[in-house]
Amino acid sequence: MRPFEYARPQTESEALDLLNDHDGNTAVLAGGTDLIALLQDDLAAPQRVVDIKHVASMRGVTADGDGIVVGALTTLEEMADDPLLADYRSLHDVVDGVRAIQIQQMGTLGGDLCHMPNCWFYRNGYGLLAMQDGESLVAGGDNRYHAILGNQGPAKFISAARFAPALIAWGAEVRVIGPDPQASEWLPLEHFFVTPKVESQGISVLKPGQLISHVRLPAVANRISSTYEVLQMEGLDWPLATAAVTIDLDRDVVREASIVMGHVAPMPWVAQEAAASLVGGTLDEVTAARAGEVAVAAATPLRDNGYKVQLAKTAVKRAVLAAAEMLEGAL
Amino acid sequence: MAERKVAWKARKDNSLIGSDITRIDGVEKASGSAKYAADINTPGTLFGRLLTFKGGAGVVKSLDTSDAEKTPGVRAVHVFNGVGKEVRWDGTIVAAVAADTAEQAEDGVRAIKVTYEAKPHWVDEEDLAGATKSMRTKPLGDNQKGDVAAALKAAKYVHKGYYGIATISHMCLEPHGSHCEWDGEDKLNVHLSTQNVSGTGGQFAGPLGLEASNVSITCNYIGGGFGSKFAADQWGLACAELAKKAGKPVRLMLDRATELKIAGTRPSGFAEVTIAADAEGNITVWDSHHWGTSGIAGSTIALSQLPYCFDGIPNRNRKATGISTNTGPNRAWRAPPHPQLCAVTDTVIDDLAAKMGADSYDIFMKNLDKTPKPDVYAEEMKIGAKLIDWKAQWHAHGKGGGNGAVKRGLGMALHRWGGRAGATTCTVKVHPDGAVETFLGSQDLGTGTRTVIAITLAETFGLQVADVKVNLGNNSYPKANPSGGSITVGGVTGPHRRAGLEALWKIYDLVAAKYKVAADSLTAQGGKILSAGKAVCTWKQACSLLGPMALEIQGAGPKNDGLTDQGVGGVQMADVSVDIETGIVRINKLVAVQDCGLIIDELTARSQVYGGLIMGIAYALSEERVMDNKTGRFINADLENYKLPRIGDIGELVVHMYQPDSEYERGVVGLGEPPVISTGAAISNAVANATGVRVPVQPLTPQRVLEALKGGQA
Repeated sequence: MRPFEYARPQTESEALDLLNDHDGNTAVLAGGTDLIALLQDDLAAPQRVVDIKHVASMRGVTADGDGIVVGALTTLEEMADDPLLADYRSLHDVVDGVRAIQIQQMGTLGGDLCHMPNCWFYRNGYGLLAMQDGESLVAGGDNRYHAILGNQGPAKFISAARFAPALIAWGAEVRVIGPDPQASEWLPLEHFFVTPKVESQGISVLKPGQLISHVRLPAVANRISSTYEVLQMEGLDWPLATAAVTIDLDRDVVREASIVMGHVAPMPWVAQEAAASLVGGTLDEVTAARAGEVAVAAATPLRDNGYKVQLAKTAVKRAVLAAAEMLEGAL
Repeated sequence: MAERKVAWKARKDNSLIGSDITRIDGVEKASGSAKYAADINTPGTLFGRLLTFKGGAGVVKSLDTSDAEKTPGVRAVHVFNGVGKEVRWDGTIVAAVAADTAEQAEDGVRAIKVTYEAKPHWVDEEDLAGATKSMRTKPLGDNQKGDVAAALKAAKYVHKGYYGIATISHMCLEPHGSHCEWDGEDKLNVHLSTQNVSGTGGQFAGPLGLEASNVSITCNYIGGGFGSKFAADQWGLACAELAKKAGKPVRLMLDRATELKIAGTRPSGFAEVTIAADAEGNITVWDSHHWGTSGIAGSTIALSQLPYCFDGIPNRNRKATGISTNTGPNRAWRAPPHPQLCAVTDTVIDDLAAKMGADSYDIFMKNLDKTPKPDVYAEEMKIGAKLIDWKAQWHAHGKGGGNGAVKRGLGMALHRWGGRAGATTCTVKVHPDGAVETFLGSQDLGTGTRTVIAITLAETFGLQVADVKVNLGNNSYPKANPSGGSITVGGVTGPHRRAGLEALWKIYDLVAAKYKVAADSLTAQGGKILSAGKAVCTWKQACSLLGPMALEIQGAGPKNDGLTDQGVGGVQMADVSVDIETGIVRINKLVAVQDCGLIIDELTARSQVYGGLIMGIAYALSEERVMDNKTGRFINADLENYKLPRIGDIGELVVHMYQPDSEYERGVVGLGEPPVISTGAAISNAVANATGVRVPVQPLTPQRVLEALKGGQA
């Protein structure tokens, strides 16, 4: 790890001030579950690390009119324990899926949304797009864990954010602050992520000196939800594919639905047509399976990851069934 | 007086041997007070860090270490591969830096300017056609027995299939490495993480131009070796060189990625196999061509041992092809190369049974006459079947119903191993105050070496385990074989029993003279010397008769006196669930029935088997080296993507130590390796039973399971 300055702000504006020195060659430290590894592997070399853990305004869960606001520094465990989030089942599914107590206690919501991809080309120093001499290393190399959707451009990694599918399915918004200490903006989380065309675009709309301060969730109302992560291992492991759903039921009939897939594309993948296929019908094996089929209809798997199409399809089907408490016979 | 004969006690007379005894160094290990090489931190110790090649293959074109030498805190730089040297696989060490802090050492590594001329690489070990086209293959022999063509014609059932098992790394929890400290110009003290305490001094002395007697090797504890830690290694020598240059002690342990890449691999093996049986299910034909890689040397698993265990199949063709790959070299991996052999034999037999519409258990049982231990295997199969409820739970492959997408299945496999005692010497001291200690240049690889020695001497002298002090882990002690090949427990207990008996007999003679009892009426029990069952004196009183000096007896072995033996079998059975929509496999239960002769400590013996099963689950389901063809890199050399099981992945493990009196009478046989061998094949067979489809290559990842299900090949 290279030397860096360490700064410990107490307020959001202090944090932004500190982040905007050194031409923005700074990094945000929250739980540290991603940044420390990036520093150790020399994938991040900031001049200053701004430790925001002590910015009290960015921590905790509060009611906000009809909805709920979750501070970006809220840990996974705090989210799981907070009564205000008790009915957002799809978020609890994600916390449970992380499985590692250490990550649940240290990892933060904001850190998850900003987590850099686990793409092994990126982690081995070939960059986010892993281009070499104008050629994609992912396309020509071992891409068993890479994107099956949204992968026609140079970006073929998969988004690492585990909460994003569930949050987007709930219609969550994210508050982005900076780089000006007074600047803040709420935007739909769906619009937060980007699929980069060039290396410098990164994985989200965040510019140097900006950070996520809060996430706002609308009221649960009478919606049901679930996240289904396909996890090979019982311990800490990256999902091979994920789907999150929220469904608004009128008696047994679907009035509205939202389906978002994770770990299948460079950004969380909103499966609009799959969700639409549920509307007006009842929830059962057949409709859930059909939603899965529709969700992956446009998949463009790479050489090694055709199996992920099956996994994504299954994740969608099972997320729908789990939301309706109808999932049986799954490992 | 009756002749004094070296032997173990009659089984019924043991008070310690064969029972469950906790490790005497368990608290040290669990509490962190045990010092491993990575813990040694004598005053002034410098941190070593490595510059490694990150690519497929190349030649060092330029190398400039001048900035590194000037980096603050850097005390020494050592070059492994200078200009013009070939770097033939990812992770090859180019240079090492020693500095006051770890961060300064990393700064120094980054300050080294190096360029490479890229060379073509080949890292695909499964693609035989491609490797052949790229001139990467070499024939490794073929041979024939009987008449395969005629036997195939006569056979009632013929099955042909493709099978394989990927390369894995040793992945020691404590990476390879050492702490080196010079004592003047010509004496070197090394704390080395090693399976070979007695044998590594010379490996330092020669290249460093030292007298062998001037190299001290210490290894009190080791965090895993599995066959990869027998040598001083280039990084060990570099550590000594850096320490010399810097004039300070240096600790140089491999980082995790480098540990995975260059510190040892288990070679892969892939095979096309034809097997046939007559109408009664007797296997009559084995015809195989297998290939794989051990790295640049281009070897694969040995030809001579296929089909594994079933040597008696009368008609046999076999052929092996090696593939030279730009990958880190192989080293012996726990039971080399039996897990691979088993993976491409017992799966084939299972598929043959399926083709016959027979219960796999029955076909294994029917063909045991072709194995070296039919009776032992038969008994072990019966015990295993009972423990896993085989008869009630087994169904034809793919016909088990199940709950939705989840299918359940059973599978079995069997294995063998040698495990003869390794050459060991020791010095046992009995002090006049009754204290007992022993010295030997062995090591505790995880076998419980200290504990089994303490049990052996305590049993012999009628003492408690805690009464015996075991000194090992230093090359100034009497020499012992390296711990590899499951030879340690037999190796160390035989000499200690012999030396212990010899000491005891001397003490008996002194007691007999002093207390006027017949020496051959004496026994040692419960801290006392008894004559015909009646206490004569305490152990301490007896030892006080030794005079002012300790009694010192040298033990050696192995000898042909029945204390040790070789050759074990073992049967494993797996109960798994497979989610056919996701390809995820979960272990419900694994049963291991294992023989190993006389068991010194049943607790540590069972622990060995548990450990073997867990490693087996790893390579069966998730653990593999992924070489990226494009970059030539070992692309998953980290603990996120090199997937090892956690507790939740293990399932229920049932270990049955098979120990009728006939096993006890054999004496001690090694156990470290056998329990890891047949786990993979048993799990693969259980998955085939659950799904009706053979997933040909281990590990059985969701990708491979789904691809097999899609292909539907049986």
